[in-house]
Parts: sequence; C-alpha cells; structure tokens
Amino acid sequence: MSTTAVPQRAWVEQVMGLPVSIHLRGDRLTGAEAGDRVAAVYAELRQVDAVLSPYRDDSDLSAWERGALRPADADPMLALVLALGDEARRRTEGWFDPRALPGPRPGGPRYDPSGLVKGWAVERAARHLAGLDGYGWCLNAGGDVLVHAPDGQPAWRVGLEHPRDPARIMRVLACRSGAVATSGSAHRGAHIIDPHTRRPATATRAVTVTGPTLLWADVHATAAAARGPAALPWLEGLDGYEALLVTRSGLVRSTTGWPAP
Amino acid sequence: MRRITLWLFSTVAALVLLFSYRTSTGSPAPAGAAQTTTATGPAATAAGGGKTYTGSVAATRWGDVQVAITVTDGRITDVAVPVYPSGNGKDQEINAYALPVLRQETLAAQNADIDTVSGATVTSDGYRESLQAALDAAHLG
Repeated sequence: MSTTAVPQRAWVEQVMGLPVSIHLRGDRLTGAEAGDRVAAVYAELRQVDAVLSPYRDDSDLSAWERGALRPADADPMLALVLALGDEARRRTEGWFDPRALPGPRPGGPRYDPSGLVKGWAVERAARHLAGLDGYGWCLNAGGDVLVHAPDGQPAWRVGLEHPRDPARIMRVLACRSGAVATSGSAHRGAHIIDPHTRRPATATRAVTVTGPTLLWADVHATAAAARGPAALPWLEGLDGYEALLVTRSGLVRSTTGWPAP
Repeated sequence: MRRITLWLFSTVAALVLLFSYRTSTGSPAPAGAAQTTTATGPAATAAGGGKTYTGSVAATRWGDVQVAITVTDGRITDVAVPVYPSGNGKDQEINAYALPVLRQETLAAQNADIDTVSGATVTSDGYRESLQAALDAAHLG
C-alpha cells in the first residue's frame, strides 16, 4: 500500500497558473525546517514566473520580446532559458521549438519557453527539498513529477493518468528518484503544436517520459507528442530516458527499457 | 496548516459548484470560479476512529457552501456537504446529482494505491476535479 508507517504531509499552491503540490515523508513534518524549505520552493517558483511568464506584460521575457530589454540587462534567468530553448530545439531535432508557438494572446507566433521553464524551474527549486536530510519528497507541477525516496522509505507510486479518462489510472510506476513527465491532450485539448506546420499535433493522445531530470523528461515528452509515434526510434536513442506513448487510436507503445508492466 | 485546510475546503466547494455550473449550462467551467471564504476556519472533531474536518461556510456566487471531510489513517473516508445552494428547484435538482458524484470521486481516488499522478498538464481550474487534488487532500494539514 502507498500509505506507510512514515508520516506524510502535503502542501499545495497555485504557481505559474498550475497547481504545484509537495508531499514530504519524514518524522518532523510539522517543524519549522520542513515548512521553511517548502515555502522556499514556492517563493522561488513565483520569482521565476515574475521573470519568465509570457502571460505577464511586466515579465523580463515579455519586455525582451517587445524589444524593450536586452538579455544582458535582464535577470540572468532570461539568458539561461533562451540558451536552453536553443538546446531543446537541437536535442529534439526541431520538434520542441519555443520560437514557433502561438502567443497566449491573439496575434502571430511568439517566443514561448513555458514548456521548458516549468520543468527547469521545478527541478531548480527542488534543491531546497534535497537539503532535507533523510526526508522523502514528491513534487508535482500540473502533472509533471519529480521524486526522491531515501533509504528506508518506500518508492513513490506515480500513477499515469488514462488519456481518455483523467479520472482513471493507466499504469503505475514505482520511482525512487527522478522525473516522470507527461504531455498530452486530456485536459486542454489539442494544445501541443507541431512546430513545422504550426498546427495542433493530433497523432498521440499522451506521451510519458521518465528519466533523471524533469527539464529534459518534459521537453522530450512534449517533442514526442508533437512528432507522433514516429518519435519512437528517437526516444529509444535517448540515454537514461524511457518513454510510453499512446497513439490516437489508443495503442500503447514504449521504449524497450520501459519498466514493465 | 489552517490556511492549507481552508484552501482544501474552498477547493472542494468550488468543485461542487463547477459540477453545478457544467450540469446547468453544458459549457466548460469558467476560469477562476472564485469563491470568497468568509468564516473563521475549519473545525476538527474526532468521531468513530476518523477525524472530521468541517470547513468554514464559503460564500460563492451560487450561494453558501460548506464541506466536511472525515480522514481516517491519512485517507478520506467520507465527504459531506452540510451546506449547499438550494434556493430553487434547479439547485436542488443539480445537487441531487453533483453531491453524490463528488463524494464518489473523492473516495475512488483514495483506493488507487498511488501517491501522485502524472498526466497532461493540469491547469489550476482543472485541478479541482483531478485525482491529484484528492491525493493531496488526504495529506493536507
């Protein structure tokens, strides 16, 4: 069972337009230390949102896009994320491209790095939890998950949402350390854009990628969702990452290293 | 802890109302179906092995809502909605459907033997109806 003898406590806040929940397992969950670390995670995510949100006119990202701010004069996170955007495009053979996305408001395509900012920011903020010696933690940002289970604690059981019915679970993964990211259309419809046609990608219902980092698990999942089942050979070649893909017709396919079942 | 528990009650209250909204109009849930929590805070009482948390009454655009959950061994074992909009016949008709659905969904998520859910990006609005919300609720406060 997932309930264990280890006490567990959860926090939830809405940040970056997402529900971000943190679960801690340990013996001193009501003490100031745990609460302070959790608060630091949320504070950092809010700070990232203030600098990098494409939905806020006063963010450094928006100012840079308007031509009103040079990366050198902006918060250093902006230059870092612009560089990550280029790297993501290279790593995904062009299937993840922040330059080719429709803007959050009506208008032409604009630069929207949100698809990588979330994973990057959550992973960066998780270092506050990593400093809690002996604690297990599970960070879930809108369906993308990063976990750590120390020796002596059970693995985190991560349910993969059924792409046709978000109230059901399709598979369960037991994870001790690392990321599980899913891209798909279950909640927001066909919102993943094929960067080549700039039209919604519809060949997959959902792609889940597991691996050591949330940033790249999430980028790989989004790229594969845009590319469709043809992405499987590419996914197969990714070092340290495994993927499970549900096609439009409901077929489930995975890389050979995907943990059974 | 109190703030988080309050948030949970607001969430569950909003869920009830989103069900109501969808049932009555058939359109997607409105963004930011905001509620104002006015009362002092949840009260906890122990009964029959479980602990029951009774939320404050939340004033919403549809009327007042109050939610109570019973937690036993870290799991939600019951959800009750002692106060809900019943001002007219339509309200009563919707609630007769939505309240049992809420209760069932919250309890079903408890039985999935999972700690968290990975899925297509859940927005803040969608979260209110998600399994993850129920899993979080079981460990809040």
